[in-house]
Amino acid sequence: MSENKTAWERIQLVHNTGRPTINDYLPLVFTDYYEMHGDRLYGDDKAIIGAVGRLDGRPVTIIAQVKGRDINENKACNFAMPHPEGYRKALRLARQAEKFHRPVICFIDTPGAFCGIAAEERGMGEAIAKNIAEFMTLRTPIISIVLGEAGSGGALALGVCDELAMLENAQYSVLSPRGFASILWKDASREQEASEIMRITAEDMVRLGVAETIIEEPLGGAHNDLDKISENIKEYLSQVIPEKCQKDIDELLKERYTKFRKIGAFIE
Amino acid sequence: MFEDFFKVVTKRFNGGDDYKPPMFKCPRCQGLSPLSRYEELHRVCPACNYHGRLSAQERIAITVDKESFREFDGGMKSSNPIDFPEYEEKQEELRERTGLNDAVITGTATIKGSPCVVGVMDSRYMMASMGSVVGEKIARAFEYAAANKLPVIMFTASGGARMQEGIVSLMQMAKTSGAVKLHSDQGGLYITVLTDPTTGGVTASFASLGDIIIAEPKILIGFAGRRVIENTIRQRLPDDFQLAEFMFEKGFIDMIVERRKMRSVLSHLLKLHGYDKRGAEQ
Ligand SMILES: [Zn+2]
Repeated sequence: MSENKTAWERIQLVHNTGRPTINDYLPLVFTDYYEMHGDRLYGDDKAIIGAVGRLDGRPVTIIAQVKGRDINENKACNFAMPHPEGYRKALRLARQAEKFHRPVICFIDTPGAFCGIAAEERGMGEAIAKNIAEFMTLRTPIISIVLGEAGSGGALALGVCDELAMLENAQYSVLSPRGFASILWKDASREQEASEIMRITAEDMVRLGVAETIIEEPLGGAHNDLDKISENIKEYLSQVIPEKCQKDIDELLKERYTKFRKIGAFIE
Repeated sequence: MFEDFFKVVTKRFNGGDDYKPPMFKCPRCQGLSPLSRYEELHRVCPACNYHGRLSAQERIAITVDKESFREFDGGMKSSNPIDFPEYEEKQEELRERTGLNDAVITGTATIKGSPCVVGVMDSRYMMASMGSVVGEKIARAFEYAAANKLPVIMFTASGGARMQEGIVSLMQMAKTSGAVKLHSDQGGLYITVLTDPTTGGVTASFASLGDIIIAEPKILIGFAGRRVIENTIRQRLPDDFQLAEFMFEKGFIDMIVERRKMRSVLSHLLKLHGYDKRGAEQ
């Protein structure tokens, strides 16, 4: 029973409610999970968590961007804006998943990678590029789910996958509507107008071949019924993970490559 | 009489008292030098060695062997994937002005006899932002190189995403990186040459994936734009932040090479990796 809302209304819903975060979903979707820390190169980024746990009894690797539920949590997780070491931790754990033949489940929920001096100095571009390239050929199934917002390359670094699902009100965009309006029209206040022409909703993603599935939210949004939305997420994963795990891995990799290879519009 | 008239005119244009030759103002050192001198040096600032922007056509001319370039997909043009207002009109105007159909030219060529696939981005075309055409041409170039066992040399430049293509623009990062990985997994050599400016999604995809990463002196390289960072941290950044030399210092670049030596360095690197004077089909 999906609701008709404008992109702008969905943005408000994602930002201005007590929308559940990965920390709410973890105990309701997975069991026996242990969080794993650090990239083994520089540090441990709190904007991305990694964990090993079980889904319906099957071991899985979980990689997720973390939003805070209040200002203190948000300070701790840097408002879900990762530094390079967050992406490098993600890659380390993804490779470990490949080694132990566990599927990888990524939860995307970020306004974008952090823009700052340290992030540049430690090679943000390289960190994202490497994740994108390595996830493309990772020899284990990868499923990504956009929980709230997926902003730019900082989202795509966890978004190269066999199937992408969007929560019904989630958005995926190349930059924020505000940034879009300020660059294109030199007027950040036109962000609502920008949001409506940018094509950022879950339906847009399915139409453009970016996402395969929309996970329905409870009436009024995910925050209205945490148990229900968790159940919907789990139901989706319980169906898609076994399906992908049964597939021949070379076949799966060919399909993963093709999924991204065919996105684009041109005339010859 | 006509001769006299001609003299007056040339005098007026070439050295009359109030004549001012066109000048180049360097974005790095702010120094002024005669435009003719800057052009003579193939757009390198005579004062500080900043390597300015070349058109894709100029870059190909100074890099590959004469008459060796065979272009791929020259006629490919973008359509309008998210029906963005005035996107088609804007492109039509740029095509006229630049002689390009989009922001990258790809093809095969030889460099001092060594065959390779070459791609060159051109910042005159919508700041070399990456849309469907850039993504598709680059992916095809790497796939061709993989199938034909050729090395790839990419001259990168980009202001970031092609906003007019929305999320489709972002997905080109995955498309191009996937093709780079495919070429790499088959043992192909990929040399990236970072040119001014290489930023945004191009930095966060194929520009950072070269086996060897070269940069031209004093060029800008980064993921986030300078102004975006300044707004986030609310302080002015040092002048050398995100310059080639800065990123070299931080360990993200193998070498900084001057334009006048580039062709010969590339030729040596190709030969070091076994790409000698073989036919391009081998
Ligand atoms: Zn200068």
